Amino acid sequence: MIPSRKLFTRKLDFVHGSVELSHGGGGRAMAQLIEEVFLRAFDNEWLRTQDDCAQFSVPAGRLVMATDSHVVSPLFFPGGDIGCLSVHGTINDVAMAGAQPLYLAASFILEEGFPLADLQRIVNSMALAARQAGTPIVTGDTKVVERGKGDGVFITTTGVGIVPPGVEISARRARPGDAILLSGSLGDHGMAVMAQRENLSFSTPIASDTAALHGLVAAMVAVVPELHCLRDPTRGGLGSALNEIAQQSGVGMRLREAAIPVHEPVRALCEFLGLDPLYVANEGKLLAICPAECADPLLAAMRAHPLGREAAIIGAVAADAHGFVEMETVFGGRRLVDWLSGEQLPRIC
Amino acid sequence: MKYIDEFRDGRLAQGLAARIRQEVDPGRRYALMEFCGGHTHAICRYGIEDLLPSSVRLIHGPGCPVCVLPSGRLQAVIELAERERVILCSYGDLLRVPGAQGDTLLQARARGVDVRMVYSVSDALDIARAHPDQAVVFFAIGFETTTPPTAVAILQAKAEGLRNFSAYCNHVLTPPALRAILATHHAAAASEPPMQLDGCIGPAHVSTIIGSDPYAFVAAEYHRPLVIAGFEPLDVLQAILLLIRQINAGEARIENEYTRAVSPEGNRKAQGIVAEVFMLRPSFEWRGLGELPNSALAIRPEYAEWDAECRFAVPAIAAADHKACACAEVLRGVKRPEQCKVFAAACTPDHPLGSCMVSAEGACAAHYHYGRFRAPQPGALA
Repeated sequence: MIPSRKLFTRKLDFVHGSVELSHGGGGRAMAQLIEEVFLRAFDNEWLRTQDDCAQFSVPAGRLVMATDSHVVSPLFFPGGDIGCLSVHGTINDVAMAGAQPLYLAASFILEEGFPLADLQRIVNSMALAARQAGTPIVTGDTKVVERGKGDGVFITTTGVGIVPPGVEISARRARPGDAILLSGSLGDHGMAVMAQRENLSFSTPIASDTAALHGLVAAMVAVVPELHCLRDPTRGGLGSALNEIAQQSGVGMRLREAAIPVHEPVRALCEFLGLDPLYVANEGKLLAICPAECADPLLAAMRAHPLGREAAIIGAVAADAHGFVEMETVFGGRRLVDWLSGEQLPRIC
Repeated sequence: MKYIDEFRDGRLAQGLAARIRQEVDPGRRYALMEFCGGHTHAICRYGIEDLLPSSVRLIHGPGCPVCVLPSGRLQAVIELAERERVILCSYGDLLRVPGAQGDTLLQARARGVDVRMVYSVSDALDIARAHPDQAVVFFAIGFETTTPPTAVAILQAKAEGLRNFSAYCNHVLTPPALRAILATHHAAAASEPPMQLDGCIGPAHVSTIIGSDPYAFVAAEYHRPLVIAGFEPLDVLQAILLLIRQINAGEARIENEYTRAVSPEGNRKAQGIVAEVFMLRPSFEWRGLGELPNSALAIRPEYAEWDAECRFAVPAIAAADHKACACAEVLRGVKRPEQCKVFAAACTPDHPLGSCMVSAEGACAAHYHYGRFRAPQPGALA
């Protein structure tokens, strides 16, 4: 039950108001914040019980659980914001096991002084993303830290999902000869965020690709249940994701640069800053590895889905004791696609 | 991408590669040095070596400003920033480079030093304007390409009376370093084993500022051809073909492949601004190459107020490279990165022991990141 409105004498001020320490203090102010911000936006039968946890039944099978913390700056960027990103990120982590996500939990660390208007915008964005994905946020938590001890808002989401029978997807299952597929263009999220940073004044049409990928995964698993690996190349980009799989599976990778889709504005901004799109973050793309004979039907299934229209076969898994990810360049030479050392930093000249 | 993709065309590359294969003299080997880190990066990033016959060997030169910065000078500015509580503005490349005590700017930032990454020196001016009560030091580094912007910033700071801004000048010059390398090869021509260096690929961006004339000594005094080339992979391949033609004909001329940006006299306006603000240092230490006379710039006394080395006590910290590190030999083309005993073993981009491993444009780091699969055994002789 939603608590009686009589508890609060005045409504939260979503125009001029900001987060105060009392909003995390466990008292009436916190109850009001939960009711007027979180409950109102996320509204569902589990939250309405107002218990400290959510109880639900799950179908028989293998459960998947994943958690992800979100600390993006700026909080709002073209194509999305920290709110929808925090929903998509965890749904995608669950989906990368081939699973269908069931429920989400969300935990907020708010900084004293954070505008309530921004909080409401973020929470509404999360609610919309969760609703569109069919994955309700069923429990949550809020803490408030003193001004200067946070960066506006940090959001941690946790998700559970269930793997369909017969599906066995793991980064340890890449085998020599397997095909490597990518669901679409690289680098849109990372460059959309970077172009917004305060000391860069680029005006670009780049928008984040943030999206929930479980629908695409379901379409893929339905056609090719023998899929070996799935990975969403977020931080560290495609290069890092492929190196992780190569190491976990004890194989190498051979890519064709010409087959890897990168949108023109992303290429241009990367070129300008001396960054490699292979290492730029994505939030709505996935990498799939499957037996070679399944590559064509898998590609067709991906391209038939709105989030996989630009899907491509970008290379193959190879036997390689060193676990090298190599790429044939557009120029006709070869290069290594190495692990990233630290963060990618723009070059002097 | 317009004006870029044309210079990365794989089919044109195959055509050029075929010409190179036809024109190389089967009876000889060719050792060519690309001076610039930008070229090193293009060569490794696009796998240009795979398109060349095995008789053509590319030697990665010292043209990476971060790599040749002595670690003592980096350590000195970290200590300065910590002591004086200045805002230290730096290009991104420098943030991960270890100073003499193994300390990096990123680690210093984690300890509370106010280190800001900037994309250009004008960002540092903005920071100085926004924090009038705090000293802002710009870590000025680079060859002739990045020197004019630093000069403009100092002139701007003077014009505005922006007294909390200063530059820590580490600008170095290309021709003296090229001369040092050629002199080594010249002197060692009779030594055993002889070091081979048949020609040079000349800098792209640097040459847009200084022009092609300052390289005349390469042909006149050291009898080596030099071809100035752009940083795109087709530029590099074309320059290699032009060098091979000169070598085959027994010629030594300065040629300009990068005519779309480089003129014989260079950018006179930029040269004038640089001359207004900077003067030659009698000597400067280069990591890997040692002390080189007249090889770097200092801020003129008229602008001492904007010279961090005049405003603050910057300690002189002497630091030697790790004993096992072969950077000095790699920079002179005597050794390849994979011939260094510590390459990819004790020395990696995450824990660099020597200068060539610190920036993406350094010979060892470029080889590590892009070409390691060609000689996968750590320390193996190629």
